Amino acid sequence: MSLLTLKVNGRSHQVDVDPATPLLYVLSDDLELRGPKFGCGLGQCGACTVIVNGQATRSCVTPVSAVGQNEITTLEGLGSPDAPHPLQRAFIDEQAAQCGFCLSGVVLTAKTFLDRNPRATDEQIQQALSGVLCRCFANVRMLKAIRRYADGRTA
Amino acid sequence: MTPRLSPDARGALGRAGFSRRSFLKGSGALVVAFSSAGVMDTLSEVFAQGFNGTGSPQLDSWIAIGRDGIVTAYTGKCDFGQGLYTAQMQLVAEEVGVPLSRVRLIQCDTSITPDQGTTSGQQSHPTNFNHGNLALAGATARKALIQLASAKLGAPVSDLVARDGLVALKSNPSRSVAYGELIGGQRFNLQLDQDAARKHPKEWTVLGTPVPRVDMRDMVTGHFEFVHNVRVPNMLHGRVVRPPEVGATVGSVDESSVRDLPGVVKVVVKGNFVGVVAQKPWQAMQAAERLKVNWTRGSALSPHADLYAELRRQPARDTLLVDSGDVDARLGSAATVLKATYQHPYQMHGSMGSSCSVADVQGDKATIWSATQSAFPTRNTAAMLLGLKAENIRVVYVRGAGCYGINGADTVSYDAALLSQAAGRPVRVQLSRKDEMAWENYGNAFSIDQRAGLDATGNIAVWDYEAWSAARGGRPGYNTPGNVVTGFLAGSSPAPFAPRTPAPAPDTPLNNNSNTAPSYIAGRVRDSANGAGVIRSERVLSHRVLSPFFTGPLRAPERLQNTFAHECFMDEVASHVKADPVEYRLKHLSHARLMAAIRAAAKAANWEQRPSPRPNRQRTGKVTGRGVSCVCYEGDNGYVAMVAEVAVDQDTGRIQVTRLVVAQDCGPISNPDGMRNQIEGGALQGMSRALGEEVTWDDRKITSIDWRSYRTLPLGFAPPVVDIVLLNQTDVEACGSGETSITVVAPAIGNAVFDATGIRLRQVPFTPERVLAALRASTE
Repeated sequence: MSLLTLKVNGRSHQVDVDPATPLLYVLSDDLELRGPKFGCGLGQCGACTVIVNGQATRSCVTPVSAVGQNEITTLEGLGSPDAPHPLQRAFIDEQAAQCGFCLSGVVLTAKTFLDRNPRATDEQIQQALSGVLCRCFANVRMLKAIRRYADGRTA
Repeated sequence: MTPRLSPDARGALGRAGFSRRSFLKGSGALVVAFSSAGVMDTLSEVFAQGFNGTGSPQLDSWIAIGRDGIVTAYTGKCDFGQGLYTAQMQLVAEEVGVPLSRVRLIQCDTSITPDQGTTSGQQSHPTNFNHGNLALAGATARKALIQLASAKLGAPVSDLVARDGLVALKSNPSRSVAYGELIGGQRFNLQLDQDAARKHPKEWTVLGTPVPRVDMRDMVTGHFEFVHNVRVPNMLHGRVVRPPEVGATVGSVDESSVRDLPGVVKVVVKGNFVGVVAQKPWQAMQAAERLKVNWTRGSALSPHADLYAELRRQPARDTLLVDSGDVDARLGSAATVLKATYQHPYQMHGSMGSSCSVADVQGDKATIWSATQSAFPTRNTAAMLLGLKAENIRVVYVRGAGCYGINGADTVSYDAALLSQAAGRPVRVQLSRKDEMAWENYGNAFSIDQRAGLDATGNIAVWDYEAWSAARGGRPGYNTPGNVVTGFLAGSSPAPFAPRTPAPAPDTPLNNNSNTAPSYIAGRVRDSANGAGVIRSERVLSHRVLSPFFTGPLRAPERLQNTFAHECFMDEVASHVKADPVEYRLKHLSHARLMAAIRAAAKAANWEQRPSPRPNRQRTGKVTGRGVSCVCYEGDNGYVAMVAEVAVDQDTGRIQVTRLVVAQDCGPISNPDGMRNQIEGGALQGMSRALGEEVTWDDRKITSIDWRSYRTLPLGFAPPVVDIVLLNQTDVEACGSGETSITVVAPAIGNAVFDATGIRLRQVPFTPERVLAALRASTE
């Protein structure tokens, strides 16, 4: 075990963990955050996604020790129920989810991609989401919500 | 959503032992969901529930009104992402007559909600939205409030109206009394009143409107509590060690192999059930990896490639649903006989989240936080596994990842309970991806023969269906924990399988609950004719064999597999007689609502009337086509038709679905946007199942164990345009709509591929390899 300091959603946290522990378990068990979720543990589905240093990162296959002093943003760090981020707002407006378990992967992957590619085409957005799963298949609404957000921020 | 207890409420409930009655003595506002508020140590004063899956005849089991006018409703039908929570809130708001903001809903908690069995088979609308259960409770409460107000205001019932939380005089709306004043904090002490009138859909102001999901905001911002987020004091983390192969049994377990690992608390062995408990999840995972178990091999599996032949070689339990007795003779004398065989593989639920549960077993009492669709049955079966009394167990439903049927939620609840019992502390278990996928209850594999005899005019005179399907276990129900893997490993048996040949003659009216019978037959048994069609020479014969794998309901269970075979075959026959597939269907149907759905879908799709395949097709490159399919879901629970438009790349074998048009009649619509969301999701999930999903195995074990080896469509593809026609029928009973659209996708796509290319796909999934093979075969 070792003492590590993590910067999560604008706050510093000290945790005493095995440095090999995947970041996901530290976030969801030690810090009891609800955004990142265990989907597959293999980096294949996206449910555990967090933003580290501006990059969508699969926290289930990222050792906590690899994060260092980088700022971590989870789905709850993006916006709150009372003040959702504009991308989250678009998902609410489009009612773009069913069970909602996949949303960290969908929202945060789209967010980081659009930050780098604000004028992305639909095809580029789909390509960016090619490794993200939603097993309820709310695809149509989700892509619509992402488009709505993308159009809004470049308007 | 996820209402949390205020500190006051928590104290009050703790003192009261969580009893319903005690909530009612206080403010109704106290009554909110428990989530992970704490471990219950007493189970006193549970209100009469009717522990038999059928709800409760008592109004107070369903609805309580606080002094502040807050209406708390209790339901035994749960939301697992399909939007039912919001729809049930709308129902309560509408029937009781309060704004949505004043409704609280508690779902599936065995200590306080009515026992409504399992939430499945798109039965929640038929059960709770017609004239019974939650809907009738709302209507009964409104009627009672009006009667109470009549006494209080000295006005006749006929001059009173209940709405917005008030009962007011129609003749003088300024004279009114609030619900809280009439009944707040007290029990109704009434039975559900069959004479209490439900509001007609034409009067609805809350139901029937696209109310946004009440849980959406919390989900999208990461605040929603899933069962995966439940944390209770003193909690440990467990991990199961499943057999490495199907049929393997425990020889010995070497506990010393993990003794030196940090955080390990306990190794648990019960029969063939093996698990480890540790302080932290990562420690439990490492211990489960490291634990040395000597497994004794079971018998080898029959090869995956041999699946469909193997289905037909097994001892079978035969069932005849319909048999007009003249099928062989009519086939013998028919002008033309057509025959085709359709294959549908095992498929999996493949939930996004590996299943998770938290259990706290303390002495002779237990609390289980579970995403099961069957809170009460899980309580009873967990009691059997734990050796406890069912009434001493509380199962609290907390949502998991979308399940689409019996995923790992039931089995992981047993895992957590067994590990907690052994450890003496609360234990949380989350399955690995492999444990989820290798051991869940798969959707059944089917091999289906269809035969049709045509008369001289090209109409179908005789239809003969014969199917072989494999099953093992299923939902545990109230007494069969061995129907899922954990119960089985811990020593319980799955439901017994009893071969039976030949099948007895049918003697009860056709119940087409599994859509075993095609829509086009009359379905005559004795004096009844429950089919949706006109073909009077008819036979429907099923052979059920034992599967080596656990199986169970997967969204549109059996209905999807059967409908694939029915609707593709209907298309084959139509093509053979050079008839338009829509016209030909209509010609063989008698069911007005299904026919209306077909016409609506065809109209919305701008259906080009002509036979399939498309004339003057190119033999290379990309070609396009359209196909239709339809079903009376479960015989009488929703009527849906779909037109699929596809582009097929004949060089790669890749099918691109470009448009899906769905017309659906599910009776009065509770929430049109919720229904659209279900139709869209079902349509695309059906696409994924039709195009890529298939459970695979080698000679010993399942090999589709992650998202590389089990192919699902990701978010990153160009989705088809999904056009939806909602046929809102206000003078009929409410049907479900969660499983309608998915049922008709594979045949609509298969028929569209035929239209485009002239090749007939008779085996799901329609992988590029299979499409290419069929294209090659057709040109040879």
